[in-house]
This record gives sequence, structure tokens and C-alpha cells, in this order.
Amino acid sequence: MTPVKATINSDFSAGFEVQQRILDAALKHGYTEVCLFAIKIALEEALVNAIKHGNKLDPQKHVRIEASITPKQAEICIEDEGPGFDRNAVPDPLSDENLEKSSGRGILLIESYMSQVSWDHGGRRVRMVKKNDHPHSDR
Amino acid sequence: MPDPQSLPLQQAMHRLHITDHKDIKIVSFIENKILDEANITEIGAALVALVEARQRPKLVLDFKNVDHLSSAALGMLINVNQKIKLQSGELRLIEIKPQIMEVFVITRLNKLFKILPDREQALESFSPA
Repeated sequence: MTPVKATINSDFSAGFEVQQRILDAALKHGYTEVCLFAIKIALEEALVNAIKHGNKLDPQKHVRIEASITPKQAEICIEDEGPGFDRNAVPDPLSDENLEKSSGRGILLIESYMSQVSWDHGGRRVRMVKKNDHPHSDR
Repeated sequence: MPDPQSLPLQQAMHRLHITDHKDIKIVSFIENKILDEANITEIGAALVALVEARQRPKLVLDFKNVDHLSSAALGMLINVNQKIKLQSGELRLIEIKPQIMEVFVITRLNKLFKILPDREQALESFSPA
């Protein structure tokens, strides 16, 4: 098992570094290309959500990231210090009236690409799990 | 009419490769990722400058090099599409890899954009001048 733990400022470049550590660990554990793509897209969207929509780019606020990556699954938790949100109140980006809106697809992509997703702590924390398609022995 | 070599275009020249075919602009993304917010803003501003410089703009966006994109990039594409439609123009997306196509399908944006396999089919698909 490879743990990744970090607390970052509300800064996209800091988020990118953590994203890379998690992806490197998944690559080391033999995740398929399809899984790596899914984790990358979900991580990108979750970090942007936390930094931009949660913390509103406030440099005083932090984002906590905790991940554990095994050959079978990657579990990633991302928590911001924003006001949280009600998942059920988020407009459906797939409805005809929202199709041409230029935002609101991040959550859809996270939930589509990950195996399990839960929004906890009033929406401030997302827990995402991706099962590896074809796990093999730890490398 | 804005100068086609306006500042947004100049700033994004290292991210975009732009060629002309008759009255059609063909834009290829140079980088393999369209993720970073600052880059997306820059690319979006350049594409808007490109279409605002023309009446009835015809634009082909070539995704051959693109391996990753984010929801922010999708939003940028929607904005560019709206600008083009406002000017009675046409947009085509081409050379989208299967994993990127899946993103368009998941978000139903494959219904909004006209997506074609390659440049040849895109060029043939435009309304006559």
C-alpha cells in the first residue's frame, strides 16, 4: 500500500504536485491506462472544486488530501475549508436546459469515472474510490 | 473588425497551430493536456478572437494531440461554440481519441458539437461560401 498525504494552499500548482504523486503510485501498482485516465480526470475535477468552488481561491484556506493506493484500489479523500454544498441541489448538467451551460460538469465526471463516490462533512469532503480493472501483484 | 493577430492570439500561439483552408480556419492543440485553468482561459480568448475577426466563421478544432481535458475545457468549447453560432458560423471537432470521446458522451456534449473523424470530412461538411 502506498499512502499519499498532503495539505496544500488554495493553489492549482500545489494540487498538481499531489495529483502527480497519486498517479505515480497508481502507475507503480500496475493500474491500467483506463484507470489512470479515470483517476486523473476525477482528481483534477475534485481539486478544482476544492480550491475554486470550496475555498474560493482563498490563500488562507487549505485543502487536505489523503490517498491510499493498493494494487486493487485507489481511495482518495479531498477536503476543503469552504461552506460545503448540497449534492442533491446541484443542477443536472445532462438536462436539455443545462446542456449549453459552460460549467457544472465536474461532479458528473467524478461520479462517472470513479467506482464509488461520497460527499461528506456537508459537502466539504469527497471520498472517491477507483477499483483497478486488472490488478496484479504489487510492483 | 479586430486584428486577427490580436494579443489573445499572440499569447496562445505556443499552444495552438493555426492554418487556413479557403475560408476555414483549422486550429490544432499543440499540448496533450487542456486542463490548467490559466491555459484554458488563454486558449478560449484566442479562439474567440479568431472567430470574432470573421463574418460567418468556419472553425475546425483538431484534437489529435489531446490526451486529457477537464470540465473547464468543455466550458471553454461551449463558449466558443456559442460565439460562432451568434455569428452564424460553424464549428467542427475532429480527431478526438476514444478516451476523450467518452468524456463528450458522458456529458452529452457529443449532441451539442458536430464531431467528425478527420480534417477531410470536416472540410467537406461546411456549408458552401
